[in-house]
Amino acid sequence: MNYRGPYRVRTEQRPMPEILHPEDAIVRVTRTCICGSDLHLYHGMVPDTRVGSTFGHEFTGIVEEIGPMVQNLKVGDHVLVPFNIACGKCNFCKQGLYGNCHESNPMATAVGGIFGYSHTAGGYDGGQAEYVRVPYADVGPTVIPPDMDPDDAVLLTDVVPTGYQAAEMGGIKEGDTVVIFGAGPIGIMAARCAWFFGPSRVIVIDHVDYRLEFAKNYAKCEVYNFKSLEDPVLFLKKTTDWYGADVCIDCVGCEAEGNGLQTFTGRKALLQAGAGTALQWAINSVKKGGIVSIVGVYGPPFNLIPIGNVVNKGITIRANQASVKRLLPKLIDHVQSGRLNPKGLITHRIPLEEISEAYNIFSSKLDNCIKTVLIPSAKA
Amino acid sequence: MKKEVIDYKAIPGWGMDADPDNEPTYPIKNYTGDDHNRINYERSPQQPVTVEILQSNERPKPSVVFGTSVPPSGLSGIIRRYAFTHSEDRYRHWLPLILADRINVFEGIIDDVRKGHIPNIFAEKGFKATWKYNRQKIVSQVLVTSVVVLTLFSVLKKKK
Repeated sequence: MNYRGPYRVRTEQRPMPEILHPEDAIVRVTRTCICGSDLHLYHGMVPDTRVGSTFGHEFTGIVEEIGPMVQNLKVGDHVLVPFNIACGKCNFCKQGLYGNCHESNPMATAVGGIFGYSHTAGGYDGGQAEYVRVPYADVGPTVIPPDMDPDDAVLLTDVVPTGYQAAEMGGIKEGDTVVIFGAGPIGIMAARCAWFFGPSRVIVIDHVDYRLEFAKNYAKCEVYNFKSLEDPVLFLKKTTDWYGADVCIDCVGCEAEGNGLQTFTGRKALLQAGAGTALQWAINSVKKGGIVSIVGVYGPPFNLIPIGNVVNKGITIRANQASVKRLLPKLIDHVQSGRLNPKGLITHRIPLEEISEAYNIFSSKLDNCIKTVLIPSAKA
Repeated sequence: MKKEVIDYKAIPGWGMDADPDNEPTYPIKNYTGDDHNRINYERSPQQPVTVEILQSNERPKPSVVFGTSVPPSGLSGIIRRYAFTHSEDRYRHWLPLILADRINVFEGIIDDVRKGHIPNIFAEKGFKATWKYNRQKIVSQVLVTSVVVLTLFSVLKKKK
Protein backbone atom coordinates (compact mmCIF):
# COMPACT_ATOMS: atom_id res chain seq x y z
CA MET A 1 0.00 0.00 0.00
CA ASN A 2 1.33 3.35 -0.95
CA TYR A 3 -0.19 6.71 0.09
CA ARG A 4 -0.05 9.31 -2.67
CA GLY A 5 -2.05 12.17 -1.12
CA PRO A 6 -5.51 12.77 0.35
CA TYR A 7 -8.00 10.16 -0.98
CA ARG A 8 -5.28 8.55 -3.15
CA VAL A 9 -3.68 5.18 -2.41
CA ARG A 10 -2.34 2.38 -4.59
CA THR A 11 -0.38 -0.82 -4.35
CA GLU A 12 3.25 -0.81 -5.35
CA GLN A 13 6.21 -3.19 -5.06
CA ARG A 14 8.66 -2.02 -2.41
CA PRO A 15 11.93 -3.47 -1.04
CA MET A 16 11.60 -6.19 1.61
CA PRO A 17 11.76 -4.75 5.14
CA GLU A 18 14.96 -5.53 7.03
CA ILE A 19 15.96 -6.13 10.63
CA LEU A 20 17.18 -2.72 11.79
CA HIS A 21 17.46 -3.43 15.52
CA PRO A 22 18.38 -6.65 17.37
CA GLU A 23 14.89 -6.84 18.90
CA ASP A 24 13.10 -6.62 15.51
CA ALA A 25 11.18 -9.31 13.67
CA ILE A 26 9.98 -9.45 10.07
CA VAL A 27 6.40 -10.65 9.77
CA ARG A 28 4.61 -11.92 6.65
CA VAL A 29 1.14 -10.44 6.88
CA THR A 30 -1.83 -12.83 6.80
CA ARG A 31 -4.65 -10.42 7.66
CA THR A 32 -4.76 -6.63 7.89
CA CYS A 33 -7.64 -4.22 8.41
CA ILE A 34 -8.52 -0.67 7.52
CA CYS A 35 -9.25 1.15 10.76
CA GLY A 36 -11.52 4.17 11.11
CA SER A 37 -8.46 6.11 12.24
CA ASP A 38 -6.69 5.19 8.97
CA LEU A 39 -9.32 7.36 7.33
CA HIS A 40 -7.92 10.41 9.14
CA LEU A 41 -4.62 9.70 7.37
CA TYR A 42 -6.38 8.93 4.08
CA HIS A 43 -8.26 12.23 4.30
CA GLY A 44 -5.00 14.13 4.90
CA MET A 45 -5.90 15.25 8.41
CA VAL A 46 -2.85 13.98 10.33
CA PRO A 47 0.22 16.24 10.12
CA ASP A 48 3.44 14.73 8.74
CA THR A 49 1.76 12.04 6.66
CA ARG A 50 4.33 11.67 3.90
CA VAL A 51 3.67 10.57 0.34
CA GLY A 52 5.05 7.06 -0.09
CA SER A 53 4.05 5.87 3.39
CA THR A 54 2.38 2.51 4.01
CA PHE A 55 -0.55 2.56 6.44
CA GLY A 56 -1.94 -0.26 8.55
CA HIS A 57 -1.79 -0.81 12.30
CA GLU A 58 -4.12 -3.83 12.58
CA PHE A 59 -2.49 -7.00 11.33
CA THR A 60 -1.57 -10.60 11.99
CA GLY A 61 1.23 -12.53 10.35
CA ILE A 62 3.80 -15.29 10.32
CA VAL A 63 7.22 -14.54 11.81
CA GLU A 64 9.72 -14.86 8.95
CA GLU A 65 12.90 -13.58 10.58
CA ILE A 66 13.98 -12.50 14.05
CA GLY A 67 16.76 -10.25 15.35
CA PRO A 68 19.56 -11.71 17.54
CA MET A 69 18.02 -10.48 20.83
CA VAL A 70 14.49 -11.84 20.26
CA GLN A 71 13.78 -14.66 22.71
CA ASN A 72 10.01 -15.18 22.95
CA LEU A 73 9.20 -15.67 19.26
CA LYS A 74 10.46 -18.12 16.71
CA VAL A 75 10.29 -18.26 12.92
CA GLY A 76 6.95 -19.69 11.86
CA ASP A 77 4.91 -18.37 14.81
CA HIS A 78 1.54 -16.92 13.78
CA VAL A 79 1.18 -13.72 15.77
CA LEU A 80 -1.25 -10.87 16.28
CA VAL A 81 0.56 -7.56 16.55
CA PRO A 82 -0.81 -4.79 18.80
CA PHE A 83 -1.08 -1.47 17.02
CA ASN A 84 1.14 0.31 19.54
CA ILE A 85 4.90 -0.23 19.45
CA ALA A 86 6.13 -0.62 23.02
CA CYS A 87 9.60 -1.23 24.49
CA GLY A 88 8.37 -2.81 27.74
CA LYS A 89 11.19 -1.10 29.66
CA CYS A 90 10.39 2.60 29.98
CA ASN A 91 8.45 3.83 33.01
CA PHE A 92 5.27 4.15 30.98
CA CYS A 93 5.38 0.58 29.64
CA LYS A 94 6.30 -0.77 33.07
CA GLN A 95 3.16 0.82 34.47
CA GLY A 96 0.97 -0.76 31.81
CA LEU A 97 0.78 2.29 29.54
CA TYR A 98 1.90 0.39 26.46
CA GLY A 99 0.16 2.95 24.26
CA ASN A 100 2.43 5.68 25.64
CA CYS A 101 5.88 4.11 25.22
CA HIS A 102 8.69 6.67 25.37
CA GLU A 103 11.15 4.67 23.29
CA SER A 104 9.31 4.11 20.04
CA ASN A 105 8.76 7.56 18.58
CA PRO A 106 11.47 10.21 18.26
CA MET A 107 9.20 12.55 16.31
CA ALA A 108 6.68 13.43 19.00
CA THR A 109 6.46 13.08 22.76
CA ALA A 110 2.66 13.20 22.91
CA VAL A 111 2.16 9.87 21.15
CA GLY A 112 4.00 6.56 21.20
CA GLY A 113 5.01 4.67 18.08
CA ILE A 114 2.18 3.23 15.98
CA PHE A 115 2.55 1.07 12.88
CA GLY A 116 1.78 2.93 9.66
CA TYR A 117 0.38 6.02 11.30
CA SER A 118 2.40 8.95 9.89
CA HIS A 119 5.71 10.34 11.06
CA THR A 120 3.90 11.98 13.96
CA ALA A 121 3.61 8.41 15.30
CA GLY A 122 7.18 7.35 14.52
CA GLY A 123 7.44 6.99 10.74
CA TYR A 124 6.96 3.21 10.68
CA ASP A 125 5.69 1.38 7.63
CA GLY A 126 2.44 -0.36 8.44
CA GLY A 127 0.84 -3.73 7.94
CA GLN A 128 -1.18 -3.08 4.78
CA ALA A 129 1.62 -4.87 3.01
CA GLU A 130 2.92 -8.38 2.43
CA TYR A 131 5.78 -7.99 4.91
CA VAL A 132 6.37 -5.61 7.79
CA ARG A 133 9.15 -4.84 10.25
CA VAL A 134 7.99 -5.30 13.85
CA PRO A 135 10.21 -3.63 16.49
CA TYR A 136 10.35 -4.93 20.09
CA ALA A 137 9.18 -8.33 18.88
CA ASP A 138 9.39 -9.80 22.39
CA VAL A 139 6.97 -7.23 23.81
CA GLY A 140 3.96 -6.66 21.57
CA PRO A 141 3.39 -9.63 19.27
CA THR A 142 1.35 -12.43 20.80
CA VAL A 143 1.16 -15.95 19.40
CA ILE A 144 -2.40 -16.63 18.25
CA PRO A 145 -3.94 -19.51 20.22
CA PRO A 146 -4.32 -22.52 17.90
CA ASP A 147 -8.11 -22.66 18.30
CA MET A 148 -8.61 -18.98 17.50
CA ASP A 149 -10.03 -17.85 14.16
CA PRO A 150 -7.51 -15.53 12.43
CA ASP A 151 -10.36 -13.08 11.75
CA ASP A 152 -10.96 -12.81 15.50
CA ALA A 153 -7.22 -12.46 16.09
CA VAL A 154 -6.75 -9.53 13.73
CA LEU A 155 -9.51 -7.60 15.47
CA LEU A 156 -7.74 -8.12 18.81
CA THR A 157 -4.92 -5.87 17.57
CA ASP A 158 -6.99 -2.69 17.95
CA VAL A 159 -10.79 -2.68 17.59
CA VAL A 160 -11.60 -4.97 20.50
CA PRO A 161 -9.08 -3.54 22.99
CA THR A 162 -9.94 0.04 22.06
CA GLY A 163 -13.68 -0.60 22.38
CA TYR A 164 -13.14 -2.43 25.66
CA GLN A 165 -10.88 0.25 27.12
CA ALA A 166 -13.36 2.94 26.08
CA ALA A 167 -15.92 1.23 28.30
CA GLU A 168 -13.38 0.47 31.03
CA MET A 169 -12.31 4.12 31.24
CA GLY A 170 -15.96 5.06 31.69
CA GLY A 171 -15.86 3.52 35.17
CA ILE A 172 -19.33 2.13 34.47
CA LYS A 173 -21.28 1.09 37.59
CA GLU A 174 -24.15 -1.37 37.78
CA GLY A 175 -27.35 0.34 36.63
CA ASP A 176 -25.59 3.19 34.78
CA THR A 177 -26.79 4.73 31.54
CA VAL A 178 -23.96 4.80 29.01
CA VAL A 179 -24.08 6.91 25.85
CA ILE A 180 -21.69 6.12 23.02
CA PHE A 181 -21.14 8.61 20.23
CA GLY A 182 -20.26 6.89 16.96
CA ALA A 183 -21.45 3.63 15.41
CA GLY A 184 -18.26 2.77 13.60
CA PRO A 185 -16.44 -0.47 14.49
CA ILE A 186 -14.99 1.02 17.70
CA GLY A 187 -18.31 2.49 18.83
CA ILE A 188 -20.10 -0.79 18.17
CA MET A 189 -17.43 -2.73 20.09
CA ALA A 190 -17.52 -0.19 22.96
CA ALA A 191 -21.29 -0.67 23.15
CA ARG A 192 -20.88 -4.45 23.27
CA CYS A 193 -18.10 -4.27 25.86
CA ALA A 194 -19.99 -1.76 28.03
CA TRP A 195 -22.34 -4.59 29.05
CA PHE A 196 -19.42 -6.36 30.77
CA PHE A 197 -19.51 -3.61 33.40
CA GLY A 198 -23.20 -3.90 34.29
CA PRO A 199 -25.05 -0.84 32.98
CA SER A 200 -28.83 -0.84 32.60
CA ARG A 201 -28.88 1.16 29.34
CA VAL A 202 -26.42 1.47 26.47
CA ILE A 203 -27.32 4.11 23.88
CA VAL A 204 -25.49 4.64 20.58
CA ILE A 205 -25.78 7.91 18.64
CA ASP A 206 -24.76 8.27 14.99
CA HIS A 207 -26.21 9.53 11.71
CA VAL A 208 -25.72 6.51 9.45
CA ASP A 209 -28.81 4.33 9.57
CA TYR A 210 -27.26 1.06 8.39
CA ARG A 211 -24.54 1.36 11.05
CA LEU A 212 -27.08 2.08 13.77
CA GLU A 213 -29.05 -0.98 12.70
CA PHE A 214 -25.87 -3.06 12.82
CA ALA A 215 -25.00 -1.71 16.29
CA LYS A 216 -28.51 -2.49 17.56
CA ASN A 217 -28.24 -6.12 16.44
CA TYR A 218 -24.60 -6.69 17.33
CA ALA A 219 -24.45 -4.91 20.69
CA LYS A 220 -28.10 -5.19 21.81
CA CYS A 221 -28.25 -1.45 22.50
CA GLU A 222 -30.63 1.45 21.90
CA VAL A 223 -29.74 3.48 18.82
CA TYR A 224 -30.69 6.98 17.68
CA ASN A 225 -29.94 8.90 14.52
CA PHE A 226 -28.99 12.43 15.59
CA LYS A 227 -30.30 13.80 12.29
CA SER A 228 -33.78 12.81 13.42
CA LEU A 229 -33.27 14.51 16.79
CA GLU A 230 -33.53 18.27 16.80
CA ASP A 231 -31.02 18.56 19.61
CA PRO A 232 -29.16 15.38 20.64
CA VAL A 233 -28.03 16.81 23.98
CA LEU A 234 -31.55 17.85 24.92
CA PHE A 235 -32.84 14.44 23.85
CA LEU A 236 -30.30 12.68 26.08
CA LYS A 237 -31.24 14.89 29.03
CA LYS A 238 -34.92 14.04 28.53
CA THR A 239 -34.30 10.32 28.14
CA THR A 240 -32.29 10.26 31.40
CA ASP A 241 -35.09 11.93 33.41
CA TRP A 242 -33.46 15.37 32.91
CA TYR A 243 -30.34 14.18 34.73
CA GLY A 244 -27.73 13.42 32.08
CA ALA A 245 -26.02 10.15 31.24
CA ASP A 246 -23.75 8.59 33.85
CA VAL A 247 -21.04 7.92 31.30
CA CYS A 248 -20.47 9.33 27.80
CA ILE A 249 -17.96 7.81 25.40
CA ASP A 250 -16.53 9.56 22.33
CA CYS A 251 -15.78 6.96 19.66
CA VAL A 252 -15.87 9.44 16.79
CA GLY A 253 -12.88 11.76 16.96
CA CYS A 254 -11.91 14.46 14.52
CA GLU A 255 -14.23 13.71 11.59
CA ALA A 256 -17.51 14.20 13.40
CA GLU A 257 -20.60 15.58 11.75
CA GLY A 258 -23.60 17.32 13.29
CA ASN A 259 -22.42 20.85 14.05
CA GLY A 260 -21.85 23.30 11.20
CA LEU A 261 -19.35 25.48 13.04
CA GLN A 262 -17.28 22.52 14.22
CA THR A 263 -17.39 20.93 10.75
CA PHE A 264 -16.30 24.12 9.00
CA THR A 265 -13.52 25.07 11.40
CA GLY A 266 -12.31 21.51 12.02
CA ARG A 267 -12.75 19.62 8.78
CA LYS A 268 -12.90 22.18 6.01
CA ALA A 269 -10.72 25.12 7.13
CA LEU A 270 -8.46 22.98 9.40
CA LEU A 271 -8.47 25.81 11.96
CA GLN A 272 -8.69 23.20 14.71
CA ALA A 273 -7.58 19.57 14.93
CA GLY A 274 -10.79 18.21 13.46
CA ALA A 275 -14.40 18.71 14.47
CA GLY A 276 -14.95 18.29 18.20
CA THR A 277 -18.72 17.76 17.89
CA ALA A 278 -18.87 14.33 19.55
CA LEU A 279 -16.75 15.48 22.46
CA GLN A 280 -18.85 18.62 22.86
CA TRP A 281 -22.00 16.53 22.97
CA ALA A 282 -20.41 14.07 25.41
CA ILE A 283 -19.45 16.84 27.82
CA ASN A 284 -22.84 18.49 27.58
CA SER A 285 -24.85 15.24 27.84
CA VAL A 286 -23.13 13.67 30.83
CA LYS A 287 -24.45 14.22 34.35
CA LYS A 288 -22.74 16.49 36.86
CA GLY A 289 -19.84 14.52 38.31
CA GLY A 290 -20.08 12.10 35.38
CA ILE A 291 -17.32 10.53 33.36
CA VAL A 292 -16.39 11.19 29.73
CA SER A 293 -14.20 8.57 28.09
CA ILE A 294 -12.41 9.45 24.85
CA VAL A 295 -10.93 7.03 22.35
CA GLY A 296 -11.84 9.01 19.23
CA VAL A 297 -8.69 10.25 17.51
CA TYR A 298 -7.96 13.97 17.29
CA GLY A 299 -5.02 15.78 15.74
CA PRO A 300 -2.28 17.24 17.92
CA PRO A 301 -2.83 21.03 17.90
CA PHE A 302 -6.11 21.81 19.70
CA ASN A 303 -9.91 21.57 19.58
CA LEU A 304 -12.80 23.85 20.48
CA ILE A 305 -14.61 22.09 23.31
CA PRO A 306 -16.66 23.47 26.24
CA ILE A 307 -13.95 23.08 28.86
CA GLY A 308 -15.82 25.51 31.15
CA ASN A 309 -18.64 22.96 31.42
CA VAL A 310 -16.11 20.29 32.34
CA VAL A 311 -15.07 22.41 35.32
CA ASN A 312 -18.54 23.57 36.32
CA LYS A 313 -20.06 20.09 36.09
CA GLY A 314 -17.12 18.40 37.79
CA ILE A 315 -16.65 15.98 34.93
CA THR A 316 -13.85 13.44 34.94
CA ILE A 317 -12.30 13.00 31.52
CA ARG A 318 -10.42 9.78 30.85
CA ALA A 319 -8.66 9.09 27.59
CA ASN A 320 -5.87 7.11 26.05
CA GLN A 321 -4.76 4.96 23.19
CA ALA A 322 -5.71 1.41 24.12
CA SER A 323 -3.09 -0.53 26.03
CA VAL A 324 -3.49 -3.63 23.87
CA LYS A 325 -0.88 -5.79 25.59
CA ARG A 326 -2.39 -5.18 29.03
CA LEU A 327 -5.87 -6.17 27.87
CA LEU A 328 -5.05 -9.13 25.63
CA PRO A 329 -5.25 -11.96 28.22
CA LYS A 330 -8.74 -10.88 29.34
CA LEU A 331 -9.98 -10.28 25.81
CA ILE A 332 -8.62 -13.55 24.44
CA ASP A 333 -10.58 -15.25 27.24
CA HIS A 334 -13.76 -13.36 26.30
CA VAL A 335 -13.33 -14.46 22.66
CA GLN A 336 -12.45 -18.07 23.42
CA SER A 337 -15.36 -18.42 25.81
CA GLY A 338 -17.72 -17.14 23.13
CA ARG A 339 -18.77 -14.00 25.01
CA LEU A 340 -17.26 -11.77 22.31
CA ASN A 341 -17.52 -12.33 18.58
CA PRO A 342 -15.10 -9.85 16.97
CA LYS A 343 -15.29 -11.34 13.46
CA GLY A 344 -19.01 -10.54 13.49
CA LEU A 345 -17.97 -6.96 12.68
CA ILE A 346 -16.36 -7.93 9.38
CA THR A 347 -18.50 -7.08 6.39
CA HIS A 348 -15.87 -6.98 3.62
CA ARG A 349 -12.91 -9.16 2.68
CA ILE A 350 -10.89 -7.57 -0.10
CA PRO A 351 -7.54 -8.55 -1.69
CA LEU A 352 -4.73 -6.16 -0.71
CA GLU A 353 -4.23 -5.44 -4.42
CA GLU A 354 -7.63 -3.69 -4.46
CA ILE A 355 -6.61 -1.26 -1.72
CA SER A 356 -7.87 1.84 -3.58
CA GLU A 357 -11.40 0.43 -3.84
CA ALA A 358 -11.23 -0.86 -0.25
CA TYR A 359 -10.44 2.60 1.12
CA ASN A 360 -13.12 4.22 -1.00
CA ILE A 361 -15.74 1.69 0.14
CA PHE A 362 -14.92 2.25 3.82
CA SER A 363 -14.45 6.02 3.57
CA SER A 364 -17.61 6.62 1.54
CA LYS A 365 -19.60 4.06 3.57
CA LEU A 366 -20.51 2.17 0.40
CA ASP A 367 -22.18 -1.25 0.34
CA ASN A 368 -23.13 -1.03 4.07
CA CYS A 369 -19.48 -1.37 5.05
CA ILE A 370 -18.64 -1.76 8.75
CA LYS A 371 -15.21 -3.41 8.81
CA THR A 372 -12.85 -4.33 5.99
CA VAL A 373 -10.21 -7.02 6.15
CA LEU A 374 -7.50 -6.99 3.50
CA ILE A 375 -5.93 -10.27 2.47
CA PRO A 376 -2.42 -10.15 0.96
CA SER A 377 -1.92 -12.58 -1.91
CA ALA A 378 0.99 -14.27 -0.08
CA LYS A 379 -1.26 -15.19 2.87
CA ALA A 380 -0.72 -18.30 4.93
CA MET B 1 18.81 28.14 34.87
CA LYS B 2 19.84 26.63 38.21
CA LYS B 3 17.22 24.46 39.87
CA GLU B 4 16.49 25.62 43.43
CA VAL B 5 16.62 22.75 45.93
CA ILE B 6 13.81 22.88 48.47
CA ASP B 7 13.56 20.59 51.46
CA TYR B 8 9.91 19.88 50.71
CA LYS B 9 9.53 17.26 53.42
CA ALA B 10 10.12 20.00 56.00
CA ILE B 11 7.01 21.89 54.83
CA PRO B 12 4.37 21.64 57.59
CA GLY B 13 1.78 18.97 56.70
CA TRP B 14 3.77 17.57 53.77
CA GLY B 15 2.09 14.37 52.56
CA MET B 16 -0.30 13.99 55.51
CA ASP B 17 -3.47 13.83 53.33
CA ALA B 18 -1.99 11.64 50.61
CA ASP B 19 -4.41 8.82 49.83
CA PRO B 20 -2.97 5.95 47.81
CA ASP B 21 -6.52 4.85 46.88
CA ASN B 22 -7.20 8.19 45.20
CA GLU B 23 -5.83 6.92 41.91
CA PRO B 24 -8.02 7.95 38.98
CA THR B 25 -5.78 6.25 36.44
CA TYR B 26 -6.54 2.74 37.80
CA PRO B 27 -6.77 0.18 36.15
CA ILE B 28 -5.28 1.77 33.06
CA LYS B 29 -2.07 2.62 34.87
CA ASN B 30 -0.40 0.42 37.42
CA TYR B 31 1.25 3.26 39.38
CA THR B 32 4.67 2.27 40.67
CA GLY B 33 6.23 5.62 41.56
CA ASP B 34 8.83 5.13 38.83
CA ASP B 35 7.64 8.33 37.16
CA HIS B 36 9.82 10.18 39.66
CA ASN B 37 12.89 8.51 38.18
CA ARG B 38 12.05 10.37 34.96
CA ILE B 39 13.83 8.97 31.91
CA ASN B 40 16.45 7.10 33.92
CA TYR B 41 15.44 3.54 33.07
CA GLU B 42 17.28 0.71 31.37
CA ARG B 43 17.13 1.18 27.61
CA SER B 44 17.67 -1.37 24.88
CA PRO B 45 20.58 -0.73 22.48
CA GLN B 46 20.03 2.23 20.19
CA GLN B 47 18.88 1.53 16.61
CA PRO B 48 21.60 2.94 14.30
CA VAL B 49 20.51 6.17 12.64
CA THR B 50 20.96 5.37 8.95
CA VAL B 51 18.50 7.86 7.48
CA GLU B 52 17.62 11.43 8.42
CA ILE B 53 15.28 11.39 11.40
CA LEU B 54 13.52 14.56 12.45
CA GLN B 55 13.49 14.51 16.22
CA SER B 56 11.11 16.35 18.53
CA ASN B 57 13.02 19.05 20.41
CA GLU B 58 11.10 17.97 23.51
CA ARG B 59 13.35 14.95 23.94
CA PRO B 60 17.13 14.81 24.50
CA LYS B 61 17.87 11.92 22.15
CA PRO B 62 16.06 9.71 19.64
CA SER B 63 13.89 6.89 20.90
CA VAL B 64 15.57 3.46 20.91
CA VAL B 65 13.72 2.43 17.74
CA PHE B 66 12.08 4.46 15.02
CA GLY B 67 10.65 4.10 11.54
CA THR B 68 12.85 4.72 8.54
CA SER B 69 10.05 5.18 6.05
CA VAL B 70 10.20 8.18 3.67
CA PRO B 71 12.99 10.42 5.03
CA PRO B 72 12.43 14.16 4.45
CA SER B 73 13.40 15.39 1.01
CA GLY B 74 12.79 18.23 -1.43
CA LEU B 75 10.92 21.40 -0.58
CA SER B 76 8.61 19.56 1.80
CA GLY B 77 11.68 18.23 3.60
CA ILE B 78 13.04 21.76 4.07
CA ILE B 79 9.71 22.81 5.58
CA ARG B 80 9.59 19.74 7.83
CA ARG B 81 13.12 20.46 9.10
CA TYR B 82 11.99 23.98 9.99
CA ALA B 83 8.89 22.61 11.76
CA PHE B 84 11.01 20.37 13.97
CA THR B 85 12.96 23.36 15.30
CA HIS B 86 9.81 24.22 17.25
CA SER B 87 8.18 22.31 20.07
CA GLU B 88 4.99 20.29 19.73
CA ASP B 89 3.17 23.09 21.53
CA ARG B 90 3.66 25.59 18.70
CA TYR B 91 1.68 26.31 15.56
CA ARG B 92 5.11 26.79 14.02
CA HIS B 93 5.54 23.05 14.39
CA TRP B 94 2.19 21.72 13.14
CA LEU B 95 1.10 24.20 10.45
CA PRO B 96 4.34 23.88 8.44
CA LEU B 97 3.97 20.09 8.65
CA ILE B 98 0.48 20.32 7.15
CA LEU B 99 1.82 22.66 4.44
CA ALA B 100 4.68 20.23 3.77
CA ASP B 101 2.17 17.37 3.40
CA ARG B 102 0.29 19.28 0.71
CA ILE B 103 3.48 20.21 -1.18
CA ASN B 104 4.59 16.60 -0.86
CA VAL B 105 1.54 15.50 -2.90
CA PHE B 106 2.80 17.52 -5.88
CA GLU B 107 6.34 16.25 -5.32
CA GLY B 108 4.90 12.72 -5.45
CA ILE B 109 3.26 13.38 -8.82
CA ILE B 110 6.48 14.90 -10.21
CA ASP B 111 8.43 11.92 -8.89
CA ASP B 112 6.00 9.51 -10.54
CA VAL B 113 6.29 11.30 -13.89
CA ARG B 114 10.07 11.39 -13.58
CA LYS B 115 10.02 7.60 -13.18
CA GLY B 116 7.85 7.31 -16.29
CA HIS B 117 4.66 6.56 -14.37
CA ILE B 118 1.61 8.73 -15.01
CA PRO B 119 -0.50 8.37 -11.86
CA ASN B 120 -4.03 7.17 -12.52
CA ILE B 121 -5.77 9.43 -10.03
CA PHE B 122 -9.19 7.88 -10.68
CA ALA B 123 -7.86 4.40 -9.93
CA GLU B 124 -6.00 5.65 -6.84
CA LYS B 125 -9.24 7.13 -5.53
CA GLY B 126 -10.97 3.78 -5.92
CA PHE B 127 -13.33 5.10 -8.57
CA LYS B 128 -14.36 1.57 -9.54
CA ALA B 129 -16.03 1.11 -6.14
CA THR B 130 -18.04 4.33 -6.50
CA TRP B 131 -19.08 3.22 -10.00
CA LYS B 132 -20.19 -0.14 -8.64
CA TYR B 133 -21.99 0.99 -5.48
CA ASN B 134 -22.93 4.65 -6.01
CA ARG B 135 -23.25 5.24 -9.74
CA GLN B 136 -25.85 7.95 -9.12
CA LYS B 137 -23.20 10.11 -7.44
CA ILE B 138 -20.90 9.92 -10.45
CA VAL B 139 -23.70 10.66 -12.89
CA SER B 140 -24.83 13.69 -10.89
CA GLN B 141 -21.24 14.95 -10.54
CA VAL B 142 -20.71 14.64 -14.31
CA LEU B 143 -23.97 16.47 -14.95
CA VAL B 144 -23.18 19.30 -12.53
CA THR B 145 -19.65 19.69 -13.93
CA SER B 146 -21.00 19.73 -17.50
CA VAL B 147 -23.56 22.40 -16.66
CA VAL B 148 -20.91 24.57 -14.93
CA VAL B 149 -18.45 24.20 -17.82
CA LEU B 150 -21.10 24.90 -20.46
CA THR B 151 -22.36 27.95 -18.56
CA LEU B 152 -18.84 29.36 -18.19
CA PHE B 153 -18.15 28.66 -21.85
CA SER B 154 -21.30 30.45 -23.01
CA VAL B 155 -20.65 33.44 -20.70
CA LEU B 156 -17.10 33.78 -22.00
CA LYS B 157 -18.30 33.46 -25.59
CA LYS B 158 -20.88 36.25 -25.06
CA LYS B 159 -18.22 38.59 -23.65
CA LYS B 160 -16.09 38.17 -26.80
